[in-house]
Amino acid sequence: MTFDPDVSWRLHHQVAVRPEPFGALLYHFGTRKLSFLKNRTIVEVINSLGEHPDARSACRAAGIDDAQQGPYLHALGVLVQSKMLVTGDDS
Amino acid sequence: MTVTDSAPAPEAQPVPRLVEQFEHGLDAPICLTWELTYACNLACVHCLSSSGKRDPRELSTQQCKDIIDELERMQVFYVNIGGGEPTVRPDFWELVDYATAHHVGVKFSTNGVRITAEVAARLAASDYVDVQISLDGATAEVNDAVRGQGSFAMAVRALENLAEAGFKDAKISVVVTRHNVDQLDEFASLAARYGATLRITRLRPSGRGADVWDDLHPTPQQQRQLYDWLVAKGDGVLTGDSFFHLSGLGAPGALAGLNLCGAGRVVCLIDPVGDVYACPFAIHDRFLAGNVVSDGGFDNVWKNAPLFRELREPQSAGACGSCGHYDSCRGGCMAAKFFTGLPLDGPDPECVEGWGVPALEKERVKPKPSGDHSRGAKQGPIPLKLLTTPPARLCNESPV
Repeated sequence: MTFDPDVSWRLHHQVAVRPEPFGALLYHFGTRKLSFLKNRTIVEVINSLGEHPDARSACRAAGIDDAQQGPYLHALGVLVQSKMLVTGDDS
Repeated sequence: MTVTDSAPAPEAQPVPRLVEQFEHGLDAPICLTWELTYACNLACVHCLSSSGKRDPRELSTQQCKDIIDELERMQVFYVNIGGGEPTVRPDFWELVDYATAHHVGVKFSTNGVRITAEVAARLAASDYVDVQISLDGATAEVNDAVRGQGSFAMAVRALENLAEAGFKDAKISVVVTRHNVDQLDEFASLAARYGATLRITRLRPSGRGADVWDDLHPTPQQQRQLYDWLVAKGDGVLTGDSFFHLSGLGAPGALAGLNLCGAGRVVCLIDPVGDVYACPFAIHDRFLAGNVVSDGGFDNVWKNAPLFRELREPQSAGACGSCGHYDSCRGGCMAAKFFTGLPLDGPDPECVEGWGVPALEKERVKPKPSGDHSRGAKQGPIPLKLLTTPPARLCNESPV
């Protein structure tokens, strides 16, 4: 699946988030894959994705203005690739 | 379990590198091994836990469930269950179901003895259980010499049953030895045949492995061969990060993984009687952190055991301090050094710079095992040991 930052995203229902001092650990019980989120801002974005109409507004709400979003959107794209994130209308 | 370092977001606030964070330890382990029983139907010559007979003090079903409750609270996402042969515990499936119902995923290691067609079908129906079949040779001849007569056929039957039941992505777990290092391609084809993933790990001189390590561990040339194979064909092959001592053989980062000893920092072991050790390869009093029953639960042992606090302190590079490879190998595996009688702040016995060889030739005293559950009468073949050099002292020659 390709990542479109202008639609809504949320964590896959089989993914658990464990807060850590460096950010968080993400674990997908279905694919049995582990990911590291390396700062707390990206954790905030991930956890609030479901409350926003699209990924860009989730970033803005976490204090990342449009000019700085590139690396965050890239990180979200990687998580989409590994099925950690699914589109908001995907059950 | 695959670790994908997949979200390299920018550093908004100064955060130390991930590896440094791990070296200081986390509030809960990432990777926890839990050996449910010392009982085993096999008697592999290199068994890390010297398994064979059940220990009468093994944890009850309720005590195991209490541990699972704690793991759920600590958000330990999954446990690697092993033994002994864990499936011979009468409450094994009950505990697996209890763990997955409490958000603790299970990967269990087995020699395949109980993986019948019925069990395979049941396993295929769960998203939360992963199965790892141990195999130490791609042929019966090589495998059975280490794991015992008939063990190859038993493992292959289990793999067939899993594949027929539609179980996806089982793991084939291989300990790399002098005798199977040439079979890596064959292991990969075997895994492909059953829709499984190959996992290869390092032979440790732990448990009964201490008795056979000198004869079974890959030679320096074979270490090179193994490293080259991993770099060329290791994509999609799991290693549990166990070859980080070889990372100095090539460019930094060529070998996938964190290349870090996680003992007591992100990894630990709970043994069948509830003793907590720094890592699965370190079942010895020297690395015993505490007991889940007598020391106030696993969470308390993990967070407060003096041994774990010590392991989370910066470690001395010792004799390796001046070596250019130290940053990549970090002095190698603590357990491998300890059980071969080498100093902990010196080179790994399989050091890629070759420092392990003279260290092994020096007078050294291997630590006495602090526990042994082997059955007296060995079922497996007894390896014939012929010394190529005279023993340094008469006592160094095994009387067997």
